[in-house]
Amino acid sequence: MPAPILHVRGLTAAYRGLRALHGIDLDVGEGEVVAVVGANGAGKSTLLRAIAGQMSIGGSVQFAGKSLARVPAHQINRLGIGLVPEGRRLFPRLSVEDNLRLGAYARRGPDRFKPLDFVFTLFPRLQERLSQRAETLSGGEQQMLAIGRALMTAPKLLMLDEPSQGIMPRLVDDILAAVRRIRDAGVTILIVEQRLAETLEIADRAYVLQTGRVVMQGSAAEIAGNAEIRRAYLGM
Amino acid sequence: MTASLVLQVAIGGLLMGLVYALVAAGLSLIFGLMDVVNFAHGQLLMLAMYAVFEFHTLLGLDPLVQLPLVAALLFVLGVAIYRGLIARALAVRFNTGMVQIFVTFGLSIFLVGFAQLVFGTDFRSVNSGLLFGRTVAIGQIVLPLPQIAAGLVCLLAFAALMLIARTEFGRALEATREDRDAVALIGIDRNRIFSLGWGIGAATVGIAGVMLASFYYISPTVGDSFALIAYVTVALGGFGSLIGALIAGLLIGLTEAMTALVIDPSLKQIGVFMIYVLVLMVRPRGLFGRL
Ligand SMILES: Nc1ncnc2c1ncn2[C@@H]1O[C@H](COP(=O)(O)OP(=O)(O)OP(=O)(O)O)[C@@H](O)[C@H]1O
Ligand SMILES: [Mg+2]
Repeated sequence: MPAPILHVRGLTAAYRGLRALHGIDLDVGEGEVVAVVGANGAGKSTLLRAIAGQMSIGGSVQFAGKSLARVPAHQINRLGIGLVPEGRRLFPRLSVEDNLRLGAYARRGPDRFKPLDFVFTLFPRLQERLSQRAETLSGGEQQMLAIGRALMTAPKLLMLDEPSQGIMPRLVDDILAAVRRIRDAGVTILIVEQRLAETLEIADRAYVLQTGRVVMQGSAAEIAGNAEIRRAYLGM
Repeated sequence: MTASLVLQVAIGGLLMGLVYALVAAGLSLIFGLMDVVNFAHGQLLMLAMYAVFEFHTLLGLDPLVQLPLVAALLFVLGVAIYRGLIARALAVRFNTGMVQIFVTFGLSIFLVGFAQLVFGTDFRSVNSGLLFGRTVAIGQIVLPLPQIAAGLVCLLAFAALMLIARTEFGRALEATREDRDAVALIGIDRNRIFSLGWGIGAATVGIAGVMLASFYYISPTVGDSFALIAYVTVALGGFGSLIGALIAGLLIGLTEAMTALVIDPSLKQIGVFMIYVLVLMVRPRGLFGRL
């Protein structure tokens, strides 16, 4: 594994006193695609939310050598962590263009809209729908927009929470192909997905989560090849 | 009742309507942004009016010259209210809605008491200045200059608000109102947006207060009736709609003036509240509401 850009140790998080993460250890190397898989309710989304600063946490999270403890969520984004959240969380009444441009709102400088070109090469459909309201996009297009908006924040680490959720099977491959291209452009990826086979194909390594704990980790090939893991932890 | 008198009263009503519209716009902005009804909105207006009176009496500053000063003061006050009270009320875990209501309602009571203590309970008025006592005559129609100035300045302030909505900051405001949790994902500090929203909302009502101070009596409770009208304006125009607030403000100003002329000045608000009841029955989301 390359030098870790994200270094997580003993991470805990809770909803109203109810623990959802029980001490997660996880590393993501610079330039890697790391997948987090697990059954429903395993804590995958909670893990991403905790790293993104959207809930209070225990344990330690370090990003590029800096501790994220008590750093507010918007600062974590500015440090270089982008999250494409579960449910996409677009601004429904704003146009596609406004959603994208707002991604660069917190950054200054002449280059701040530069990622726009990359977003349009990844998702030409967005360029065709610039003035359309986000809420009028199809599910797949909304997912593209959510990824595009996150890219506009110029992240070093992009976290994606089930990008295939609620979109046509044909588009799933497109989205995952886009994820690979984002990695090729130098962005580190931490991806949560239910689509095990397809995700493990583009991932370097994977973690298997069960009820808030890491129960297995290894190279994507190891995890993909282990039938027992699939049966025991992923319900397949 | 001559035609020119009717016209004169109608224009006067519309000018006042522009003031109502601006007061309502500040209320609507804050409500639209964060679902908090500012029950102390009228008291912000009252404070702005007293500020004009005091600066005028103590420093001899002309009310018109004070416009940027008082607007800036109110901006700071709005930010302070957000940081000191509202942000804390929003952080409460239980009964958040109730807490928000009581916080701004409590603030309104406090501010009235504060004004009574500091400024006294006597009615005040600003009796000199660039605009004071002047009128403009167009044919047989005679209009007081302070009212004309108030209408124009409020209209300009309104236009400024609409321009702000089109800027990048305006988009960030809209994004924050649509999903206050998601904006952090793109590096936006919602507390900053909320603070600025309160600042702008308070500065807006401050501008209305400055212009009113040139021709309206000033007392600790002067904000009450304006706040009441502002709630009606917002409801009539439609929650969160700027253009709705403008149209509704004009309509209310006109109705009020005509009621005063046709029925009796002391009953001028009857027409306004009849409109309100009608709106609630026929079109509860208001003229331009999108709820
Ligand atoms: N907002 C919430 N309030 C209370 N409990 C929650 C909340 N969100 C998640 N949980 C609980 O935390 C645990 C982990 O949920 P999480 O959403 O992280 O799972 P997940 O692995 O992302 O599942 P899925 O595959 O269904 O998205 C679950 O037991 C869930 O019920
Ligand atoms: Mg999830």
